[in-house]
This record gives sequence, C-alpha cells and structure tokens, in this order.
Amino acid sequence: MTDTTLTFALMDPPYENARTATAFRLLDIAARRGYKINVFAYEGAVSLSFSRQTAHANAVHGRDAAAEDHPLPKEWIAALMAEARAAGGALDWVNCGLCVDERGVGEAIDGTRRGTPADFWNFAVASNNTLVIPTK
Amino acid sequence: MKNRYLLIASRDPYASKDIDHCYELAANLRDEGRVVTLFLVQNGVLPARPSDLSGRLTALAERGVTVLADDFSLAERGIDGTRLAAGISPAPLDVVVDQLAAGVRTIWH
Repeated sequence: MTDTTLTFALMDPPYENARTATAFRLLDIAARRGYKINVFAYEGAVSLSFSRQTAHANAVHGRDAAAEDHPLPKEWIAALMAEARAAGGALDWVNCGLCVDERGVGEAIDGTRRGTPADFWNFAVASNNTLVIPTK
Repeated sequence: MKNRYLLIASRDPYASKDIDHCYELAANLRDEGRVVTLFLVQNGVLPARPSDLSGRLTALAERGVTVLADDFSLAERGIDGTRLAAGISPAPLDVVVDQLAAGVRTIWH
C-alpha cells in the first residue's frame, strides 16, 4: 500500500474508442502499484460498468459465446478492483447518476456506486493528481 | 511540480489538425522554461515514423521537449521502436503513471 492517490475521469462509452483501452491500461499500472485509484465515469463511460453486458457468439467465424470469449468492460473493472485490492490499494468507481439515468444503465456491477460531479471534485482535491480523458 | 508538464497526444496530424495546438503548447511551455514531456499514444505515435510530419516532433525535441512514444501503440501499428524519427524514444505507459504520481501537470489531448 502506498499513499499515492490518482483520479481519472473517463467519458467514452465501451467499444467506441482506443481511449478506453488506454485508460484501462493506466488503471492497470496504478492498480499493480497499490495506489488508491478513483474513477469518475461521466457521459457514455457510465456504461462501462453496466452489469447486463453479455458476451455473444460469432456466427461468422462459427464460434459460440464461450469460444468467442468476447471481452466485457464490466469484467475488466471487476478485475481491476481485485488487482488493486491484492496489491494493497483500492479502486473506487463512481458513475455520474444523471448520465446513468439518461442511458438506462442503472444496474452496475458490485463495487461501483452512483454519484455526482461533486464526487469528482472531492476526488481531485484529495488526490496527488487527476487525469481527465475527454471524448474529443 | 508546478514547473513540469506532461502532454499526452493521442491524435495524429493526418486526421486531426488540432494536434498542432498540442505541439504548440509543448513548444510554448518549453520556451517559458518549463520541463515538458510530450507522450505520444494511440494514433498519436504515427508521426513518430520518419516522415514529412515527424519533423515537428524532432524540432520539439531539439527545443528541449522530451518526446516519447508508447511502445504498445507502436507495436500495435507495426512501427519499429528502434527506427523512430530523431529525438523520439519508445517508452512504456508507466511513464505517464510515474509522472501523475509525481504530481506533474498532465493534459490529455
């Protein structure tokens, strides 16, 4: 466990942009170091933790859902939370409540919570640093 | 760390003209005496290949900006990290986390 706290603001929805993959790579590095990590998911990023994401088959290539092993962001988030805990850190994931309601993605995985932009402000004030990854 | 800046350039000049502003910001900050790292990631690494557009990055390096290209993004695009334009070095994404943890002012573009 270190006393380093980093905050990230994410805005992209799943499967849309390489920014999401880069953001998860950054979170992975910080988690492995045992940092305390805060994520404020805003706009489309609130769908990253939607619990009803479902892996699908790939009929074109003749693979069933198990063989396709389609990646689901909700599983990446759960894995990052476990990784952070194992390294002595923590990942606190907050979804913007209004953004959640707009998109009907209120069913989020365990370990995430609903919040407001005020949470982002509080995160930033209490962090060593904050990185905002905007959509454009 | 108020004197240190990390600019993360995720766009390439072939598709986005506003990357010019990111490069200009790096140059201006450096000219004001700041310590500046320009970290290229995703398609931002494309001009790291020796080309007509890589000259701007080389010029930034000559000006004193540390120009780094994400090794993962390079590999994804089949760009050989040992054959980048002058002044540009491959680097792991850990550099970004290092600088965030150190309190370096960081801007994503």
